[in-house]
Amino acid sequence: MGKNSLHVLKGINFTVSEGEMVSIMGSSGSGKSTLLNILGILDEADEGTYTLDGTLIKNLNEKVAARYRNKFLGFIFQSFNLINYKSALDNVAMPLYYQGVKRNIRVEKAMHYLEKVGLADWATHLPNELSGGQKQRVAIARALASDPKVLLADEPTGALDTKTSYEVMELIQGINDEGKTILIVTHEDDIAHMTKRIVNLKDGLIIDDSIVTQVRAKANSYV
Amino acid sequence: MSKILSKDSWAEIIEALSSNWFRTVMTAFGVLWGIFILVILLAAGNGLENGIRQGFNGMATNSMFMWTQTASQPYKGLPKGRRYNFKTDDVPAIKQSVEGLQFVSPRNQLGGFRGSNNVVRGLQTGAFNVYGDYPEIIQQQPMDITSGRFINYSDIQEKRKIAIIGSGVRSALYDSGEEVIGSYIKINGVNFMVVGTYKKKGNNGDPEEMQKEIYVPFTAFSQAFNMGDIVGWMAITAKDGYSITNLKEQIFDVIKTRHTINPNDDRAVGNFDLFQEYTKLTGLFSALNFVAFFVGILVLLSGIIGISNIMLIVVKERTKEIGIRRALGATPWSIRAQILLESIFLTIVSGMAGIVLASAVLWFVNYQLDGMDTSEMMFINPSVNIGVVFIALTILIVSGLLAGLIPAQNAIKIKPVEALRTE
Repeated sequence: MGKNSLHVLKGINFTVSEGEMVSIMGSSGSGKSTLLNILGILDEADEGTYTLDGTLIKNLNEKVAARYRNKFLGFIFQSFNLINYKSALDNVAMPLYYQGVKRNIRVEKAMHYLEKVGLADWATHLPNELSGGQKQRVAIARALASDPKVLLADEPTGALDTKTSYEVMELIQGINDEGKTILIVTHEDDIAHMTKRIVNLKDGLIIDDSIVTQVRAKANSYV
Repeated sequence: MSKILSKDSWAEIIEALSSNWFRTVMTAFGVLWGIFILVILLAAGNGLENGIRQGFNGMATNSMFMWTQTASQPYKGLPKGRRYNFKTDDVPAIKQSVEGLQFVSPRNQLGGFRGSNNVVRGLQTGAFNVYGDYPEIIQQQPMDITSGRFINYSDIQEKRKIAIIGSGVRSALYDSGEEVIGSYIKINGVNFMVVGTYKKKGNNGDPEEMQKEIYVPFTAFSQAFNMGDIVGWMAITAKDGYSITNLKEQIFDVIKTRHTINPNDDRAVGNFDLFQEYTKLTGLFSALNFVAFFVGILVLLSGIIGISNIMLIVVKERTKEIGIRRALGATPWSIRAQILLESIFLTIVSGMAGIVLASAVLWFVNYQLDGMDTSEMMFINPSVNIGVVFIALTILIVSGLLAGLIPAQNAIKIKPVEALRTE
């Protein structure tokens, strides 16, 4: 934005294949959020290429970018980012609304995903009537609603306590088990180890990229 | 486009607007007030216009009255200061030589304001204006025939001594409930049979004096009161599409030639041009209308600026929400459409409320006026026609669009990544 441009990412080269669950780690300022924004077509890299599902993402106009976001990507944010005057169900149905899905089908699908995250009983509640963990689960349901190729999660557990964090991670792992590609930005080690691959960033460069053995999140095992 | 007017987008709009009721209502009030003022001002202007027009109540406004004065210039050996009279022959002469005239009615008159008693019936007497007239006069100066009939052409041809009297004459000469039709009254010693009664409406001039008139056939008048072929004055009406103001010089020229008056003598023929006066009044009403529109629209404008302002704040407030929507796949157009629709919707709903409120006030005023005899009032039936309401609605839609334009443009400038940056 301002006059001083800052090059956050200085050469990132990595590929994520379908079905992977990758965590991107790094201290603050390492460029992990910027990377995620570029992956999420929220931001665009000034150099280099980004190919998503065989489509080169470059110089898209906003309309096309919006369509790609809607079709390919599901977002999960640290601060949940639910629309607070809409019920949980309507929040989940939102991506479908922008796809032009009819209302009854939309509600049906949204309800299905709410059930999946175990919040069917809370469908009519407003976000401020839900706990942090519940909000994040609604957000996950919303991210899933448009049946995207990739889930992008920016510190999904950043605002949650450990117990709920593990619950949420358990849910995300379950989604990955069903074959969804998932990228998680986090700076928590335990969360990172619940994924299958850890990419470590430092000062805009990948310093480490390794496959790890996945630790299954067990919400109930935590004492 | 079809998406814009779907049930879903309306639901979105209602949801967004109802999320802050108080603010929405306060904002809407600005526009409500503007349109309210606009409608009330226009209606008040209309009411005044109706009231004034009632004064002319059905009078043929494209008319003038013409009488003789003294010649002010010598001509063809005739001195100045000479008196002359219109003659009955002047009437067909005017009709023939001037095109576009509807009625040329010669008139004669007896009595007048504070004249001595000239009408007698039995023991009662009274001073009334007595007019010798042709049947057309009722189309130039309308009156309601409350019983019997008015003068007709048989009366003119046979010089029947008949009279049509006003309600004021009736109450002066007759007891209440007494049969009027068929009775006789003596005007300047000559008996006339009463064949009709009239009542005049309007507030032009003296309403009471207007009911104290007696109409008799022109020919019978001339014969009975020794007028010969003299015509006192004339009431001349032009046809629709002609203006009497343009035709009157031609009429004067005919009179001047026939009575040997200097063509440059402007003072020999006196006249009162009703059409000119009426045109002045009409001009006044257009000016009033203009002022009403001008003030009303300015007030409306301030309401619209209020809406625009609030929409700017709304956009600012919902930066994050807009970011989320963008991340979920909302196109810039759909965001813009939503802000615009919210603005238009708010404007139209509050404008409608203003129109309804103004109509209620007008209804109340009309309801109050209904109970009164408005025939002599300057203010009746304040109303606006449906066309004006449609104009107001169009203004509302356009202005709602304008009010939303800048905020909507601001809204799509928001980049999703900025909106979502965690605080």
